Amino acid sequence: MSVETEIRFKLNGREVSLTVPVTMKALAMLRDKLGLTGTKYACGEGECGACTIKVDGKTVNSCLMYAVDCDGRELVTIEGLRTPEGLHPVQQAFVDHGAVQCGFCMPGMIMQADYLVENNPELTREEAQRGLEGNLCRCTGYTKVLDAVEAVVEAKKCCGRC
Amino acid sequence: METKVTAAPIAKTTLIGQRVKKPDAPDKATGKTRYINDMVLPQMLIGKVLFAGRPHARIIRIDTAAAAKLPGVYAVLTGKDAAGLKFGFVRDNVALKDKVRCEHDEIAAVAAETEEIASRALELIDVEFEDLPGVFTPEAGAATGAPLVQEKFPGNKSLSFEFKHGDLAAAERASDFVVDNVFRPHHVTHCCMGTSCAIADFDHNGKLTIWTQTQYPYNYKMDLAPALGIDPGDIRVIQPPIGGAFGSKLDVYPYEPIAALLAKKTGRPVKVIYTREEEFRASPTRQAAIIHMRTGCSRDGTLTFRSADVLLDNGAYTSWGPTIPVIMMRTTSGHYRVPVVDFKAQAIYTNNPYAGSFRGYGNVQTTYATAQQMDMLADLVDIEPLEFHLKNAQKSGEYTPQQSFLRECALAECLETAAAASDYSRKRKEYAAARELPGRYKKGIGLASSIHNAGGAKIHKSDGIGTMLKVDDFARVTVITGASEIGQGIDAVITLIVAEELGVPLEHVTIVNTDSDIAPWDVGVHASRTTFIAGNGTRRAAKKAKAQILNAAAKMLGEPLETLELRGGSVVRDACGTPLIELERLLRRMHFQTEPELVMVSDYYEPNSEPEGAKHVSDHSAAYSHAVHIAEITVDTLTGEIKVDKVTVAQDVGRVINRMGLEGQIEGGIAIGLGYALSENMRLEQGLLKNPCFRDYKLITAPEMPPLDLHFIESNCAEGPYGAKGISELPTIVIAPAIANALHNATGVRIFNPPLSPEKVARAIFDAKQAGS
Repeated sequence: MSVETEIRFKLNGREVSLTVPVTMKALAMLRDKLGLTGTKYACGEGECGACTIKVDGKTVNSCLMYAVDCDGRELVTIEGLRTPEGLHPVQQAFVDHGAVQCGFCMPGMIMQADYLVENNPELTREEAQRGLEGNLCRCTGYTKVLDAVEAVVEAKKCCGRC
Repeated sequence: METKVTAAPIAKTTLIGQRVKKPDAPDKATGKTRYINDMVLPQMLIGKVLFAGRPHARIIRIDTAAAAKLPGVYAVLTGKDAAGLKFGFVRDNVALKDKVRCEHDEIAAVAAETEEIASRALELIDVEFEDLPGVFTPEAGAATGAPLVQEKFPGNKSLSFEFKHGDLAAAERASDFVVDNVFRPHHVTHCCMGTSCAIADFDHNGKLTIWTQTQYPYNYKMDLAPALGIDPGDIRVIQPPIGGAFGSKLDVYPYEPIAALLAKKTGRPVKVIYTREEEFRASPTRQAAIIHMRTGCSRDGTLTFRSADVLLDNGAYTSWGPTIPVIMMRTTSGHYRVPVVDFKAQAIYTNNPYAGSFRGYGNVQTTYATAQQMDMLADLVDIEPLEFHLKNAQKSGEYTPQQSFLRECALAECLETAAAASDYSRKRKEYAAARELPGRYKKGIGLASSIHNAGGAKIHKSDGIGTMLKVDDFARVTVITGASEIGQGIDAVITLIVAEELGVPLEHVTIVNTDSDIAPWDVGVHASRTTFIAGNGTRRAAKKAKAQILNAAAKMLGEPLETLELRGGSVVRDACGTPLIELERLLRRMHFQTEPELVMVSDYYEPNSEPEGAKHVSDHSAAYSHAVHIAEITVDTLTGEIKVDKVTVAQDVGRVINRMGLEGQIEGGIAIGLGYALSENMRLEQGLLKNPCFRDYKLITAPEMPPLDLHFIESNCAEGPYGAKGISELPTIVIAPAIANALHNATGVRIFNPPLSPEKVARAIFDAKQAGS
């Protein structure tokens, strides 16, 4: 059994404290300890992006991050993106534009897309393609994903609220 | 009876061809969906498999004592625990092996409290092997005196297929041009984002419940039962949401009976889930093959014959892979009008990973050959290439030599549409002329087409589907269907059809299709059949329910039956749209009147197609379809890198049902085909996979996805739902040869062994220059 340690961090807006093995990855902590199964395992070595979460506002592959390194940080997972009013605009755009087929890669894809549109109000389709390069999808061919991202960028330009 | 006629008329609208969202998309987009990979059951143990890690060996000794003693371990199984429980297409496989025939052979399995303990237990299993010489290509396997992979199959011969039509020798003599090439389509694998997973649990009556990713739940029971030595009737199949299938879940693979054997032994639910590396090593591949193809034509550009001599790399066991000649020969005989055909295929056992079915099912490999040879012949014959294709394109009402009846054939329209939209003929000439000019980057344009079954494929005794449909007191509709949802979007199609027929909102339709104890029989998701078959089944069931509802309404309202229609949640007068009664009020009255009735109907739909048959002369699908892809590329002649700039697609879809889902299937299908064409390759060395990770096995990523110009040709299939045809395999089939033809247009080189990787392209260009200088 590996050494365990206690960590405290903010997860989807709520304070969390728990004890984790020092060898545990953030992905395993989220899925197996906290029951947040929205974040997916698909490769375990940072190649596919299915486990993308936000840590202190930046997207990371949670399969490459140790759980202990979450201590003192602020995490947002796909479950935390949803607002009290319903789906987050990026989630809604993915639904509306048919970007979801089997959907397994989508939590990671949506987290990364949200990061991209949040940080670049002028995001172009080419920039979105580059920004989503680390998120593999086997179903969609990315076309509808990019349509959804473009729609979010346009909507933001038009009302400035979302 | 009194009716209120105060509401405004409800206008006639249609959902056919509209953009309908997938009902499961919101839960998937928010992380709420519980995939099988996410499932945890009380008391559940984790099963892990020990793979052989060598391609061919005898197991001299296997000692599991230390593993069994490890705290937290509940069961350790080896080959003796599955002895005699043969399963598979020719009963040549078993869940746990006592001899090693390929790298991923499962030789032991443990069930433990955690994955960590299970992994530790595997390390404690002591195995002594005696390595044997192996065969790693079909030629080596077919050679005299080659080591035997399967003792019961002399000469390493697995399945073989043959089809002949017409006088080949005479056709060859009559040909002015013949192209003759050997194509070597390679090993690729499905790369479902959700890795393989099964959870098994036995109850105390001996009934197995298995949560699985299968895409064919009913025949699955038949195929799984012999691997466990139980009655198929004692298997309940539950299909939670899955992370992709693409044909990979069209058979039973050893991890599924292993989960069940561990569950039986421990009396607890057992979950087996693969890591990505295990997924790469242990899941099925697309069938690798050696295709010697020849195609001839006369001086005026009329095709005279096509022959194909195919050797398939069966791998160590026989799954669906070696059956692909059933489709390969349909393409050989039916891709354009081919008067004389000679096809033969032999699958040869090797010590490589074994092939399963994969979207495109043999047609990816065959069209890579036929569509390039069409392009080659177009250059040999002195007529416009487009004219050459059109000259040989079948018309509606023609039969292929195998008796595929092309009732509605839109090949010519697909060719003309794609060529016009991309300015194909002009660009092809211009780029070919620019080949010899200086410059590192060369542009190329390539056209490819293909034919595929688009109304199922009757390779089983039935290609049918059962559907049950009920409408409750609140006018909510439940469709209990055999059709499996694997991400492809049949949920949206079924919802759309029910809403179209019964005039209810899309959100009022629920689909129940994940439990074999509830839903009726279906063949499974394959052969581009589900929209066609399940669409028809759903429509027929909905029409029965509608008839029952309107009959009751006519009686209750005293209106002539033929004047009534369901629209906007009400019974209306069809002509003017005047609502007569809300549907839910009507349903409650039907239910609670003195002669009460519930609306619950069932339907079994069997498509109008003929069994494949041993001679392969039959109209085996209820529809056939064509697609044309025109790829425009830029080749970096220095590095060999191909950038795909644009793909123009014209596909005969019969009729658009859910436009958004249709586009998504074509886009996604092309992405898989692009990976096949450009980058994906299982690097097997002496049967060992050298690149079992996404870093070294490269899928297409977002920046590599070209813009697509999609054109849907609506040929209105008489048998299809609303005229629709099945669509989802052609996009994967056609793109690779379109790129290969574009590469030739740009550089003058051809590559017969995909993928068209930078190394191969650069080498081919270099070699061509050397040869020319």
